[in-house]
Amino acid sequence: MAAPSNDHEPLEHVEQSPAVVTRNSETSWAPRISTLTVTEVPTGAVNLNVEGRRVVSPLQGFGQLWQKTYRIRFEGVQVTPQEVVSVWKAHFPEFHPPQNRFYPSIAGMRPGEVVLINASVQGLPVDAGVMVLYADDESFTVMTPEGFPEAGWNTFSAYDDDGVTVAQVQSMGRANDPIYEISYRLFAAKAQERIWAHVLTQLAARFGVQGEVTIDKVCVDPKVQWSEAKNVWQNAGARTMLYLVLTPVRWVRSRIRSRGKA
Amino acid sequence: MDVRRMNKASIIDIQGDVTAFAEDVLMSAYTEASEGGVRVIILNFSGMDYMNSSGVGLLVTLLIRVNRQKQKLLIYGLSEHYRHIFELTRLDEAIGIYATEAEALAAGNSA
Repeated sequence: MAAPSNDHEPLEHVEQSPAVVTRNSETSWAPRISTLTVTEVPTGAVNLNVEGRRVVSPLQGFGQLWQKTYRIRFEGVQVTPQEVVSVWKAHFPEFHPPQNRFYPSIAGMRPGEVVLINASVQGLPVDAGVMVLYADDESFTVMTPEGFPEAGWNTFSAYDDDGVTVAQVQSMGRANDPIYEISYRLFAAKAQERIWAHVLTQLAARFGVQGEVTIDKVCVDPKVQWSEAKNVWQNAGARTMLYLVLTPVRWVRSRIRSRGKA
Repeated sequence: MDVRRMNKASIIDIQGDVTAFAEDVLMSAYTEASEGGVRVIILNFSGMDYMNSSGVGLLVTLLIRVNRQKQKLLIYGLSEHYRHIFELTRLDEAIGIYATEAEALAAGNSA
C-alpha cells in the first residue's frame, strides 16, 4: 500500500493490493471493561471527562436517536477499501478540522484504546474522549463515554460499490443530556454534519479525489428519554468550563503546597 | 433467517453474519415475526457466525422498533464472547439474555 505523504499532498499513485479481509471477532472487539482508563496522555492533550467514565450506547442517552450516514465516492482512483481504512486509522487526527484535536494513544485505533479529544463547539471548549469499540480491515468504531455530547458510536468504514471504493462515516447516537439536546437542535447537529463532511473530504483528498459528500439522516427514535435527564451532571462541556474557571485556584493551591514542602 | 411461531412468541433463527448487509433480511424477518400481533420477539443467535459493530447498531434499531410496537425483545444462544460484547455495548441492560430457548420462552410467556 502506498503510504500517504507527510505534507498532506494527494497520492499520485496507489498500487492496488488483493482485497484480503481478515476478521477475528476475538481481536476486533474491545476487551470488556467497566470504566475507561487512560494509560498515557499524549503530549499537548488534556485528559478530562474520560477517566473512570462508563461508555454509553444510544440506549443510555437522552435525546432523539439519529442515524446519519455520510459517504464519499473515490471515483477515478484504484484504491481498495482496506487501503482507505488503513490510512484513515493511521492518520485519523489529521482529517479533522483544526478546532477538533484528536489524540490517539501510541497503539493507535485499536480495540480498547482511548482517543482523547480536545474540541471547541461554537467557541466553547469540550475536553473528552472516546473508546475504540471495534476495528477490522474495513472499518473501525468509536464509542462515547458518559458526559460526551452524544451517547452512541461512530463507525468509519470503506466498501466497494461496483468497482468504486466508497468511504463512509455512520453515526448512531442521541444527545447525552437535555443541554446537549437543545444545542443539537439549535446548531450542533449542523456543526457535526460539517465536521464529518470535512473529514471525508480531507480523506478523499489524501488519495487525490475531489468528491461530494452525501448525507442520509434517519430519526430512529423521535422520543426523548426523560429518565436519562440526570446525565446532565456529567456534561463534559460544563465540566470543562468549570475546570478552566478554577485554573487560578489550582495554581494557587499548587504554589502553597510547593512552599509548604520547601 | 427462519421465523418460527411458539405460542405467544416468535423466534427468529439468525444464520451467518450480522453486519450492515443483514439489515433487509433481519427487518423483513421481524415484520414476518410480528404478524398476528405477537408480543414477544426472540432472537436465536446459536447459528450466528460473526457480528461487527454495524450489526450491534442494527440490533439497536430493531430494539427501538420492538419497543415502539410495545413488544418485548429477548435473545438466547449467544456465545460467551458475544455475551461480553452485549455487556460492553450495554445492550444487555435493555434486552433480556437467556442461555436456552426454553428459558427465553418461559420469560416471554410470563411477560
